[in-house]
Amino acid sequence: MGVLALIVINKAGGLIYNRTFSDGLNQLNTNDYLVLAGTFHGVHAITARIDPSRKLANAQHRQQAAANAGGAAVPNRPEPSSGLEVLESENFRLQCFNTLTGIKFLLFTDTLQANVDVAMRKVYDLYSDYVMKNPFYQLEMPIRCESFNRKLNSYIREVNNSR
Amino acid sequence: MSANKAARVGEEIWKGRIDKVNAELVTLTYGTIVAQLCKDFEADYVEVNKQLDRMGYNIGLRLIEDYLAKSNTMRRCSNFRETADMIAKVGFKIFLNITPTVTNWTSDSKQFSLVFEENPLADFVELPDDGRAQDELWYSNIFCGVLRGALEMVQMQVEAHFISDVLRGNDTTEMRVSLIRYIDDELPPEDD
Repeated sequence: MGVLALIVINKAGGLIYNRTFSDGLNQLNTNDYLVLAGTFHGVHAITARIDPSRKLANAQHRQQAAANAGGAAVPNRPEPSSGLEVLESENFRLQCFNTLTGIKFLLFTDTLQANVDVAMRKVYDLYSDYVMKNPFYQLEMPIRCESFNRKLNSYIREVNNSR
Repeated sequence: MSANKAARVGEEIWKGRIDKVNAELVTLTYGTIVAQLCKDFEADYVEVNKQLDRMGYNIGLRLIEDYLAKSNTMRRCSNFRETADMIAKVGFKIFLNITPTVTNWTSDSKQFSLVFEENPLADFVELPDDGRAQDELWYSNIFCGVLRGALEMVQMQVEAHFISDVLRGNDTTEMRVSLIRYIDDELPPEDD
């Protein structure tokens, strides 16, 4: 068990990668994965907007910035609200990492998996190397990079075997 | 993040997490590209500048992910001054091991200059002696495109261009970067 599956969603809400990491796991059909990606994207956008403490945080931010600037106003850009990060059920845990460029990595693990953050960063690392640096990969399009698959597989195997 | 902290972060990543290549390989490869462009466009340097900018833009769109992954950036810069420091002290540091100076801010904090004391792209370079290259070609124009592409991916629309270059006989190599706007999420137009 351990890390079960990875889904990558582009910034428009399109599914660009999905993969399960061991045999015998429940799989959806391709269409359902696409719907899942789009729906998650929408739900994420909603959760980013319903944060009740948001106005307050922004006001504090502005105040502090004004104090720091000492009169000379530097236009500030408040931190956006993060939106959904973790979704948990009895049998699995879904962690979402939304990069600053708007790509979402969804990592499905069992509920006991520790250090999901570390695994997430590593997956992002591999993505930035083996996908973004592949000159023939077209941005925003489905990821079909054999070396990314390979590196990802061997990393996840390492994580799953170390438990 | 303060400027000092940014410098430390850049140094740390450069030392620990970056695969290095021979600097001359970079210089020679880039030189070949520029020279070939000059040939292909028959010394139309304005067009060459444009092509370099476009190539840089396409690099920037991709390179930003590497920057974010390597620098472990989890939150966005809270203002454009912080952005400038991060570009100079982390971005340029980790990819080229140089740290251009951030200076000449406008009072609205939307425009600054990067002054390059060293520029690995331009080592060994002398511009063609045809009486025009010195006035028209911005040899390192690819940098402008890289910044434009990378910042666009993190929701900043900027304009960048060189205003002086030691290759042209100026005293400094200086790039001007202006923030046009933050591209914040806009609601899709409502259905009527």
